Amino acid sequence: MDEPVTTAEPGHAKAEQASRIFEASRSFGITPEQYMLPAQQQIQMLDPEGTLIPSDQQGTGPGHEYPIPEPEVLLKAYTALVAGRRINDQNYALVRQGRLAVYPSSHGQEACQVGAALCLDAGDWLFPTYRDTVSVISRGVDPLEVMVSFRGDWHCGYNPKEHRVGSMSTPLTTQLLHAVGVAHAAKLRGEDTVVLAMCGDGATSEGDFHEALNFAAVFEVPVVFFVQNNGYAISVPLSSQSAAPSLAHKAIGYGMAGERVDGNDMVAVLATLRRAVHLARENSMPLLLEAVTYRMQAHTNADDETRYRDREEVEQWKRKDPLLRMQRYLTSEGILDDAVAAEITEAAEQVASSLRQAMTAEPAENPLEIFDHVYAEPTAQLVAQRAQLSDELQRTGPTQGEK
Amino acid sequence: MSTTTATKTTTTFASALNTAMSDAMEADNSVVVFGEDVGTLGGVFRITDGLTKRFGTSRCFDTPLAESGIAGTAVGMAINGMRPIIEMQFDAFAYPALEQIFSHVAKMANRTRGRVRLPMVIRIPYGGGVGGVEHHCDSSEAYYAHTAGLKVFTPATVADAYLMLREAIDTEDPVVFFEPKKLYWSKAAEDLSTLREIYESRAEDSRKIGAQGQAAVVREGQDVSIISYGPSVETALKAAEAAAEDGISAEVLDMRSIVPFDEDALVRTVEKTGRAVVVAEAQGFVSVASEITARIQERCFHSLASPVLRVTGFDIPYPSPKLEEHHLPDVDRILDALDELQWED
Ligand SMILES: Cc1ncc(C[n+]2csc(CCOP(=O)(O)OP(=O)(O)O)c2C)c(N)n1
Ligand SMILES: [Mg+2]
Repeated sequence: MDEPVTTAEPGHAKAEQASRIFEASRSFGITPEQYMLPAQQQIQMLDPEGTLIPSDQQGTGPGHEYPIPEPEVLLKAYTALVAGRRINDQNYALVRQGRLAVYPSSHGQEACQVGAALCLDAGDWLFPTYRDTVSVISRGVDPLEVMVSFRGDWHCGYNPKEHRVGSMSTPLTTQLLHAVGVAHAAKLRGEDTVVLAMCGDGATSEGDFHEALNFAAVFEVPVVFFVQNNGYAISVPLSSQSAAPSLAHKAIGYGMAGERVDGNDMVAVLATLRRAVHLARENSMPLLLEAVTYRMQAHTNADDETRYRDREEVEQWKRKDPLLRMQRYLTSEGILDDAVAAEITEAAEQVASSLRQAMTAEPAENPLEIFDHVYAEPTAQLVAQRAQLSDELQRTGPTQGEK
Repeated sequence: MSTTTATKTTTTFASALNTAMSDAMEADNSVVVFGEDVGTLGGVFRITDGLTKRFGTSRCFDTPLAESGIAGTAVGMAINGMRPIIEMQFDAFAYPALEQIFSHVAKMANRTRGRVRLPMVIRIPYGGGVGGVEHHCDSSEAYYAHTAGLKVFTPATVADAYLMLREAIDTEDPVVFFEPKKLYWSKAAEDLSTLREIYESRAEDSRKIGAQGQAAVVREGQDVSIISYGPSVETALKAAEAAAEDGISAEVLDMRSIVPFDEDALVRTVEKTGRAVVVAEAQGFVSVASEITARIQERCFHSLASPVLRVTGFDIPYPSPKLEEHHLPDVDRILDALDELQWED
């Protein structure tokens, strides 16, 4: 079995395609299967106490090696982590005060959120879901713009092209196909853009998940599929979604490499994501990364988590909190001191305070704009309907209508 | 050419579509074509014949069998600067793509306040009359026309096959392009180079937004308007010819585009004739024909001398090849409808 043979017969898998995996696996001295299957255990670098795990116990091995990111990158990640936690908790409060219509919090998943943004270059693209507010903000999008849709506005707030971030997608896994298309377009033009596409554990049951992974593998486009396995799809546990050994095992079925990482370990998440992005770019091929994490709060404010999980389970995950782990590690390594920590906390407070202010203010809205972007040129019918609403607004008094 | 006089050559509907795509691909590198069997085979209807050979597999290529995947990756390509043309193999096989089409293709521009527009074309061979079996003969235009954000075109002539497809490719909005498959092998005395010249001669703006939304009076008449689109225009014209023998002068309006919808042309013809029959292959219940009828009632009530009638398919799943002739609107059924329009004498 050391010398794998490629099948080039018509009607069989494309030999050339397979050879990319063969090449990669050969360079690591392992079989293609060993390369595509996830490592025996999930990749983990910090233990729950924030202590660095010895390198021979991190779950890594030939073809599954993940260098630890440089100190300044880790500090940047920690800064985003603190801000992310603060944003999650601020938004949670704003929902309770009736200032936001809904907020799917990523409290507990912030290491994944931050990693997904920090592993990309400026020219890369990110395709997030409704739960990935913190990722989008970590990528540099203005927090106030990101929150617009959760306030109940009809649009996504930010300009996807400005930061190369797709609009946060609600129909599960539909955005994974957009990611593949963006990468395919870039490849046709000879650009080395990598696209990172996010989804949840439950979403891996959707048809578009399968179609996206298959298209990406067949067309050899550099997409990193990043699954945040937080154990539940609203109330339904992963065991009711899939009988696969792990979600990362799904990769080999498409002819791509899969890996599992401790999603509450900021160092490991960043290390695995950065290498996945690097491999995707170098070899123009997709990869699948599963991060094992936990949603500490209810699915959204409308959800009652006590109906499907025990308090005890939630308490257990508290001990693996990504923030605390990272803080302890950076402090022990001398990367973080009290002064820097205070600055980071202060910056996060500023973001929270501007969120509070913006979401408490009544937005000046122009109701007539709902007609303006449906088509590049409005149809005659939309022109008439806009005039009708404009007329109604004028008769009912100048509230928020067009001036 | 054996003839000495400059006669128009004969062009098929299929080659007009094919040439529209290859001309657009020639003019613009960002135009790409993909779908099931569209590459080496040239599509099951051969509409993409030769495109891969001419432009290479990066510009016209086969995809895995997954319609949502085709539509969804086209969304991504359009986000990233391409102008994809995708082919759905048959009308009823586009249904797996509906989530992508309804939730993203149609809504992306609105959701992003016009910052991300999706200039893509979804080509769908549709309708019956070709002896097709179940899942191969649906008239699914109403689903798409009902969805705000999509444009819906359907050509009925060889010239429109070329011109409207090029307009669809140029449009900044997504277009669902319905190709009546029974017309694929129909021929007309049209010259592709002349059509190309017509297209080129239009100002850039009108190429993009001009002609596409406009209905066409394809036969003038005084007594009644027969309003139709796509595969039914031909039937409407034949009925008008037969009616003329009975002394009824029928005007035939080809809507051409369902979205945008040319209400003014509709009002003009009905106000002129005072009577209207709407003809379409699709089931009549909650259909495009219903919409046309409702708009005539709203806009032309005082010009009407009789109720507006519809001649459509029955409200059934598309029947078997042996029975489709009973289902499809035909000349006799249109003439029967004309008879019912409360003529004075
Ligand atoms: C196509 C589709 N079906 C159903 C829903 C409703 N829904 C929203 S979130 C969700 C659970 C998704 O779970 P998972 O993928 O694990 O992500 P998580 O919410 O845990 O981050 C469901 C069923 C949806 N948004 N889209
Ligand atoms: Mg989940």
